[in-house]
Amino acid sequence: MFDVSIKVPGGDKITIPHFPIDMIASNERAKSFTTRSIKKDSKMDALLLATSMVDLTTLEGMDTPGKVKQLCGKAINPISPEIQQRMSKYDNFREVPKVAAICVYPSMVPYAAEALAGSGVQLASVATAFPAGQLPLDIKVADVKRAVKFGATEIDMVIDRGAFHCGKYQKVFDEIIKVKEACGDAHLKVILETGELKTYDKVRLASWLAMEAGADFIKTSTGKVSPAATMPVTHVMLQAIADYYDYSGKKIGMKPAGGIKTSKQAIHYLCMVNETLGPDWLTPDLFRFGASSLLNDLLKQVFKQVTGQYYYDDMFSLD
Amino acid sequence: MNLAVLKTVKMYVGGAFIRSESGATAPFYKKGTKEEIARVCVASRKDFRNAVVAAKAGEKSWSTKTAYNRSQILYRMAEMSQGKQDELVNLLKDTMGMTPAAALKEVTAAIDTFVYYAGWCDKYQQVLGAVNPVAAPYHNFTSPEHMGVIVHIDSNSFSLAKLVDNICAILVGGNSVVSIVSPECSPVVTTLGEIFETSDLPPSVVNLLSGDYKSILSIISEHMEVKGISFQNEDKAEYYELRSKSVDNMKRIIPNKLDTRQSLDLVLDFVEQKTVWHPIGY
Amino acid sequence: MTKKKVIKKKATKKKVAKKASHKISKGMVFEYAPAPESTKVEILPKYGNFIGGKFVAPKSGKYMESRNPATGELITKIALSNASDIDSAVKAARKAYTETWSKLSGMDRGKYLFRIARIIQERSRELAILETMDGGKPIKESRDVDLPLVAQHFFYNAGWADKLDYVMPGKKVKSIGVCGQIIPWNFPLMMAAWKIAPALACGNTIVLKPAEQTSLTALRLAEICKEAGLPDGVVNIVTGAGETGAALVEHKGVNKIAFTGSTDIGKHIARTAGKTDKKLTMELGGKSANIIFADAAIDQAVDGVVNGIYFNQGHVCCAGSRLLVEESVKDIVLKKLQKRMKQIRVGNPLDKNTDLGAINSKEQFDKIKSLVKQGKTEGGEFWQAPCSLPTKGYFFAPCYFVDQSGSASISREEVFGPVLSITTFRTPEEAVIKANDTAYGLAAGVWSEKGSKIHKVAAGLRAGVIWANTYNKFDATSPFGGFKESGYGREGGRHGLLPYLEVR
Repeated sequence: MFDVSIKVPGGDKITIPHFPIDMIASNERAKSFTTRSIKKDSKMDALLLATSMVDLTTLEGMDTPGKVKQLCGKAINPISPEIQQRMSKYDNFREVPKVAAICVYPSMVPYAAEALAGSGVQLASVATAFPAGQLPLDIKVADVKRAVKFGATEIDMVIDRGAFHCGKYQKVFDEIIKVKEACGDAHLKVILETGELKTYDKVRLASWLAMEAGADFIKTSTGKVSPAATMPVTHVMLQAIADYYDYSGKKIGMKPAGGIKTSKQAIHYLCMVNETLGPDWLTPDLFRFGASSLLNDLLKQVFKQVTGQYYYDDMFSLD
Repeated sequence: MNLAVLKTVKMYVGGAFIRSESGATAPFYKKGTKEEIARVCVASRKDFRNAVVAAKAGEKSWSTKTAYNRSQILYRMAEMSQGKQDELVNLLKDTMGMTPAAALKEVTAAIDTFVYYAGWCDKYQQVLGAVNPVAAPYHNFTSPEHMGVIVHIDSNSFSLAKLVDNICAILVGGNSVVSIVSPECSPVVTTLGEIFETSDLPPSVVNLLSGDYKSILSIISEHMEVKGISFQNEDKAEYYELRSKSVDNMKRIIPNKLDTRQSLDLVLDFVEQKTVWHPIGY
Repeated sequence: MTKKKVIKKKATKKKVAKKASHKISKGMVFEYAPAPESTKVEILPKYGNFIGGKFVAPKSGKYMESRNPATGELITKIALSNASDIDSAVKAARKAYTETWSKLSGMDRGKYLFRIARIIQERSRELAILETMDGGKPIKESRDVDLPLVAQHFFYNAGWADKLDYVMPGKKVKSIGVCGQIIPWNFPLMMAAWKIAPALACGNTIVLKPAEQTSLTALRLAEICKEAGLPDGVVNIVTGAGETGAALVEHKGVNKIAFTGSTDIGKHIARTAGKTDKKLTMELGGKSANIIFADAAIDQAVDGVVNGIYFNQGHVCCAGSRLLVEESVKDIVLKKLQKRMKQIRVGNPLDKNTDLGAINSKEQFDKIKSLVKQGKTEGGEFWQAPCSLPTKGYFFAPCYFVDQSGSASISREEVFGPVLSITTFRTPEEAVIKANDTAYGLAAGVWSEKGSKIHKVAAGLRAGVIWANTYNKFDATSPFGGFKESGYGREGGRHGLLPYLEVR
């Protein structure tokens, strides 16, 4: 692979440097974070922080306004008042935060906007012909504009992996620029779909391309391709973010999505962020989990930490 | 009266036939007689030092040749010694008092030894090396590499074939050698040198000295450039002295293996095993 | 652009808050609470020697203290054995050799080794804790590196016991007899396994002397041998100090000495044993170079450097203690290295989050300090990670020197601590020459994404182990050992059996 030259709006050229990554050593480094043992207060901090970072997601063909509204309720009050009350009797009770955002298809945005009104929970929508992205650019842009118009505060776009694989990096870049424009004030998360990029060298290149094009966050996956987020691929992207910060002074956020189901996994991700990017990134402003079932596992662990009791499985509502 | 011209048998160092820098020589008497039939050089400490310097240069040219090339050069030695068969047989008859049949047998064995080791040069890596199935995503292989400059101290009891065997085993591994040929064998030094000289072997890979190793034993054992010693005598006291005095640079000291000839383990004695790891991933 | 609002919204969407209410603007300082491994392992108040299948009090009548280097606390007392203890052990080993072990089939020897491997796996947690208490290495290393390798060495060599005909094709092999084995304090149980497993597989019996600082896991291994039903006297463990080792080296009944440890002591042993017919294998020190080319995967190379020199507090014979960086990438490598080093957690070795544990002993601690002090007078720049250290015990923060001359002490002497020497080079040839500019030849690292360069450089390096795009990897199937003054003989793999066999 070579350095990639990209024309930016205004006609200047920038270079995306080739930055090779050794897969095995990189995997080993990522794995090292899974041996971190987070206990007691640290664990509680981490669980609550992780809860506040969840982009609670439903992206199904069978999504309905009803489902979406209920999920929004869950996002605002992850834990039922009844359980909350039980927990509040304990000395080390801590308020459970709202999740960071709800993530839905564009057609569900109006319903979610209504349900989330005034809650402080962000509304993210996957746009740009999610998940394949295989539609013309004008339609993708329209998709984004419509979502924003109806209340999305965050847009999760997909890159054109076909163009990327055949070396049309300029096309990938230009699309992100256009989508960013269409976002207006909405926050842009760029999904690389790392499960389709396959090699870390390509993940690194795509990460840098997205950051140069104005991504606020870079995101691993749509959740529709296996593998979705893994610690190793997230680690590659975190290191790209670290280098990009050194290079540009800009703090880009990271969102692993799909496949993160347990609190233990989430805590390992937080350790990885902590040791790769530092504590500045330990905020929902700069780190998110794209997940659905993770939330209830976090809540179960919070319950255990507070009460010392083990939970029962149905203790926390589905949505 | 027909007065014989006494030949001085020269040593072979750095690709050249030389006398000892000290000028020292010793008479060589036909075996079992008082008849002086030649003069042989007696290597000095300085001769030894020079030979090691030469051998260091030889190590580089020899160890970087392809295995196939080394193999052909050793086979060339067999061809050249075949051409000198009669000369060698006569030499053994004249100097050692061997019967024609015994001399021929010895020379034939020496020629076969060249052939034997010629065949190993491009194979021993496969037999002595390994691909190791480590329990992680790494390609891991071990291959034998040359050790460096090896000093060969020849056996006191004469055997041309054994001398050739020891030198070839060292050469197969890509090493260069300084051989201190025993007084018994020293009349053949020049002829042997001529074989090496004409076999496309780079100069300095094989260096042949004659004389008395005992007087320079401690110099040999303490020389930091020497990485290994092939000690072919049975004198235990000398062996222990070599072993204990050569510790400063952790030389590999290989004792005499009397009955072992034409054997891969003689090659194994003078190689270093290098193991290389490399990850397997995209 | 640099000061971006994290969450922006259109004013028209009045119902959506401007910012997530849970925004923690400065991020969260994520302190890792102490996560100590439990220390519930049974330790007797004192230990004798394991000779002829029994624990016996030392004939010397003397004991020495075994202390935890992280706390200075007394753990137990172990025998300080003398020549007559060694004599008993050698006699027991000889008896076992002639009467049982050499008469057993390879299959049966193998079965014993397989059993030992299994018991080690089952008791690995206990062994890991003990190893960390005794030697100061982080529990995550003893648990994830040492113990798995210990079990693997027994398991791997077990399978060789009945296949020795395949070790040296075309030749017959035979056991040697009684092997005296002397091992160091940096990987106590792992070194014991590397020594014992191949020796037993090849049909030899053993007298092993562990390092005086770290004998506890070897004694536990003696229990395991007993638990596995290994015939009495096949493995004998005698603890003690220098004189104990010397008695073993000098004992006439020993056929072979295998030593891993410092170059000084190794050379002393080689001199002594050199005056006999004893076979020798020596695994000594190193000053291994880690070479980073400009075309390397820099982030992984930096991880590799860290793993190369700061693994096990730098108490590693093959530690990548010299970093050679292609000058064009020196700045970025140093920048990333500092950043990475700041993440190293130094502290209680029993804490599961500790990356760098305690220096093994006061003696070693003083040696590191004095070499670093001297290093500071020899030019170049010094940098040490700013981390808080425990107040008790022996702890040393990871550090490096940059741009010292090749003749500086830190560039040449084996520090055996978390101290790295960094210099630059311009061409591959120069890198190889610099890497080889040492009396040692144990290991080297090469970092480049260009395959042909890797092979060319690896071929030029005069060292027994070359880690290309990795460092400090070990495996029971992979031969380990040095060129030049790093010693001779290999441990691991098929090659690791040869030092314990006579080839005929």
